[in-house]
Amino acid sequence: MTARAATAPASLAPPAAREPLIRFRAVELTLAGRRILDPISLDIGRGEFVCVVGPSGCGKTTLLRLIAGLYLPSGGQVLYDGKPVSGPRQDIAIVFQDYGKALLPWRTAAGNVSLALEAIGMPRAERPARIAALLATVGLSNHADKFPGQLSGGMQQRLQIARCLAQAPSVLLMDEPFGALDAMTRQALQDEVLALAASSGATVFFVTHDLEEAIYLGDRVVALRPNPGRVADMFDVRLSRPRDQLTTREHPDFLRLRRTLFDFIKESEA
Amino acid sequence: MSGWRGLVVPAGIVIAAEVAARATGLQSDSLARPSEIATAGAAALIDGTMLHATGQTLIAAFAGLAIGTSLGLAFGILLGLFRTASRLAAVSVEAFRPIPSVALIPIVLLIFGFGYRMEIAIVAFATFWPILILTRAAIAGIEPRLLEVSRALGFGLGRRVAKIVLPAALPRLFVAFRLAVGIALIVAVTVEITGNTLGLGYALMDAQQSLRPALMFALLLWVGLVGWGLNAALLWAQARLFGPAAAVEAAP
Repeated sequence: MTARAATAPASLAPPAAREPLIRFRAVELTLAGRRILDPISLDIGRGEFVCVVGPSGCGKTTLLRLIAGLYLPSGGQVLYDGKPVSGPRQDIAIVFQDYGKALLPWRTAAGNVSLALEAIGMPRAERPARIAALLATVGLSNHADKFPGQLSGGMQQRLQIARCLAQAPSVLLMDEPFGALDAMTRQALQDEVLALAASSGATVFFVTHDLEEAIYLGDRVVALRPNPGRVADMFDVRLSRPRDQLTTREHPDFLRLRRTLFDFIKESEA
Repeated sequence: MSGWRGLVVPAGIVIAAEVAARATGLQSDSLARPSEIATAGAAALIDGTMLHATGQTLIAAFAGLAIGTSLGLAFGILLGLFRTASRLAAVSVEAFRPIPSVALIPIVLLIFGFGYRMEIAIVAFATFWPILILTRAAIAGIEPRLLEVSRALGFGLGRRVAKIVLPAALPRLFVAFRLAVGIALIVAVTVEITGNTLGLGYALMDAQQSLRPALMFALLLWVGLVGWGLNAALLWAQARLFGPAAAVEAAP
């Protein structure tokens, strides 16, 4: 598989080769007699921010669910830290797109964060401090006692992110997390996720249908093709970090990669 | 409060009945004047027989309810969570469920004889089915995403049920429980009327057989009042327990 790189200044050379944390080894999936994924091989490095794009039905979410252990491959292997994924694990957290359904409506914001702390077995006495810290991280300190239904969409998604961070995950799986949010909120959350990923060193697997979002966030963009899903191409993103909503998006490399990706998607849809 | 308007019709009927009974000089073994009913009811309340009978009925109803509800809940959760179990049980459930609970009186009578145990067994049977069916439906209606969240968090069956499944289904389970309370009272009184020498149903039969229509009507009204009171208490509890959550759900 070729990795086309956007040209980058020499000083921003690719990061040192990383030992892959997640490996897809000829992973294929058939569900109820339907071919979902053709054999896919893909390595994701520790601390890497990988974005996955492609038309609907191309298996973006399926890849994410395979990493999460919510699906098991029909053929091949998904390796996590060298061992085959056999089911969900607590150091892999998932941020779902439909935050309204993924939050517990009968628990307050604090209670929803607490759920993940309960899952990892944190003693009751230690939870309040950790909950307060996590809510502060996502800017919800003043809303700890509100129920999800009383929060805006952006706040609900922040809350879901806080709950995922409570697991102290090594891997953050994000399934079109900002697809349902307005543009301003989306940009704010993009920057928050970048900051969180940078400070925690977590590996992020980010599914989106927004090509610019993929370039803005990712170290690498994986483009999939549908029917059945397969990796069509990969693009390294060598834009400097920290990224900035204005300067990064105006950077010639950003625009060039954007052009390449748009052409590519148009081609693959033709 | 504008609820008083609802009282106009019943009050009018009571007055009309009183007037009619006095005008015709009613002397009957099956009917009684409202004033006689009130007197008989007050007397039965004061001498404690009515409350004693009420206690017996409620003990039997609630003991049966406790058994029927806990078993129905347990099996309902099982069938709601595991499709295989639901399919395996489908025929049995549909075969047993339609049996009218009072049709079990002869056989339960053979097993337990008269007394609390047979009444409790029948109430338990009668409440088990609606709780089972409604629990199964409530569990099946839980947002699948929530179950996925609990899987992703690595919850085992016990914690999944305690932290996700039961709280998510609770509002609907409470409605099922309210329904079961009504059924329990009806079935308990029915069993008492058909022969069990306990409670309000037996008191009703006793009043009928000793030709005291005033007491019979007083007991009838009292049974209605008890049922109404139970339902009102449960509605109040429901509003207290789920009021805020319901309000949140209704908000945009």
